[in-house]
Amino acid sequence: METLVNLSYIAAAILFVFGIKMLGHADTARKGNQISSIGMAIAIIVTLLSQGLDYKLVFGGIAAGSVIGFIAAKRVQMTGMPELVALFNGFGGLASLLVGWAEYQRTSHTKLAGIDIAKVETFTAGVIVLAILIGGITFTGSLYAWGKLSGKLSGRALTFGGQKTVNALLALGIIAAGAIFTLAPTAELAYPTLAVVIVLALLLGIFAVMPIGGGDMPVVISLLNSCSGLAACAAGFVIANNVLIVAGCLVGASGLILTIIMCKAMNRTLVNVLFSSFGATTPATGNASTGEMKPLSVEDAYYILEAARNVIVIPGYGMAVAQAQHAVKELGEVLEANDCEVRFAIHPVAGRMPGHMNVLLAEADVPYEQLVEMDDVNPTIEMVDVAIVIGANDVVNPAAVDDPASPIYGMPIINAHKAKTTFCLKRGKGAGFSGLENALFTAPNSRMIYGDAKATVTGLVAQFKRS
Amino acid sequence: MELILLLFIFVLSGFLGFELIAKVPSQLHTPLMSGSNAISGITVVGAILAVNTSSDTLSVWLGFAAIVLATVNVVGGYMVTDRMLGMFKKKGN
Repeated sequence: METLVNLSYIAAAILFVFGIKMLGHADTARKGNQISSIGMAIAIIVTLLSQGLDYKLVFGGIAAGSVIGFIAAKRVQMTGMPELVALFNGFGGLASLLVGWAEYQRTSHTKLAGIDIAKVETFTAGVIVLAILIGGITFTGSLYAWGKLSGKLSGRALTFGGQKTVNALLALGIIAAGAIFTLAPTAELAYPTLAVVIVLALLLGIFAVMPIGGGDMPVVISLLNSCSGLAACAAGFVIANNVLIVAGCLVGASGLILTIIMCKAMNRTLVNVLFSSFGATTPATGNASTGEMKPLSVEDAYYILEAARNVIVIPGYGMAVAQAQHAVKELGEVLEANDCEVRFAIHPVAGRMPGHMNVLLAEADVPYEQLVEMDDVNPTIEMVDVAIVIGANDVVNPAAVDDPASPIYGMPIINAHKAKTTFCLKRGKGAGFSGLENALFTAPNSRMIYGDAKATVTGLVAQFKRS
Repeated sequence: MELILLLFIFVLSGFLGFELIAKVPSQLHTPLMSGSNAISGITVVGAILAVNTSSDTLSVWLGFAAIVLATVNVVGGYMVTDRMLGMFKKKGN
């Protein structure tokens, strides 16, 4: 029996490996996801064959979780995707925390014929602390990120005096309590110290995500994703289970790679993203922008677009907020009908999670081939008649290219300022998430179209249809 | 010895994970994230094992809560990823 279970775990692990591998290629991605779900089903089913399970509770729990997961996955709008991913992440983290705790509770309360024979290995105690620590940080960190993404909490970076000291003290407290617990896991003090670890880990998750601003969310989300894998991995060490270790570690590693990709897209290090409270204060800009923003009416914008033969659309978080993706797709269609080449240029960190813009545009049925990556569009951007920037700001800020004093200097951007004409759709005159002035808005070839992006784009489409 | 074996597995699967995702096109970033997120729900296996009739009441209920949470993660994660990839699939044909 034991052998059958372990062999099945190996099969599950193989399916996970293939699943992740196939998820990385466009034409096999969907199949890859299905293969990895088969692996998961195998792992769960053989686990159900274990002796002595309380089946009423096990199946009750699985049923309840399935229903909740099913409803959430069916009902979510694509604009709500970042929040949902954050929430699922948090659940996974909390589950790993509970598994670690439950195993400690079980081993430390083992009685044989009424006599206490509790025995917890030092190693087990150590990994219990790790599972609880990583799981706890993942849980509250993800919940806080969920709050920020769904607008229930302020998306701005939140800082207070001595924040770093508080975080350092929390970390020190966890290390101290964790060490005391690990060295004497069955002593009288053990349970209270474990409780301290739990509480401090939960607090650390909140305080770690608090000072990170909305525009850095893609990094945070993918890092938390990596953490939820590592938490599962630690839980695997707690119960000495191979499949948890393999699957958790795979997720941890791939999540970390995604995190690094996101950091590179902003030309910043992970440490800088996590600890610099970017966007909390408005830094003094090196180059005070010269010139004014030149507003443009929707009608005038139509005349320019009508004559354009090559247009790129550069979406940002503002498009998600305005839910303008369907209107934008329609604009693309009428432009194409007008004999104009339309492409969507997508910056890797546009939006609030990795690939956010791709998901939104896919939902609106924008053809796959029209989506182009930053590196493919920049070399030929001078040929573009009109670049339409919709709710994007920092990812098109030319200061990243030409102002060494700017905090975002060196970040790769889409060179919208080099297009023949640039339209910037913006709600008002405010600065972007980083609080930086954007010289693009005052550039000689830029025109501002103020107002709700969806209304503006719909207005443009209506103009095209009328003619 | 068992501990060493577990660490061995840990290290190797870490390297494997890094190798698997060498270059992913940006349109797959979200599905990759939510799909791997679903895999991290593997902790449900540990949760099921905790709900054992020989365990004491508290650990059983901790395990039960973990089952619910991890199953939400697993089922929701896989389904939402599939939904997203389904939208990508329609393109180009």
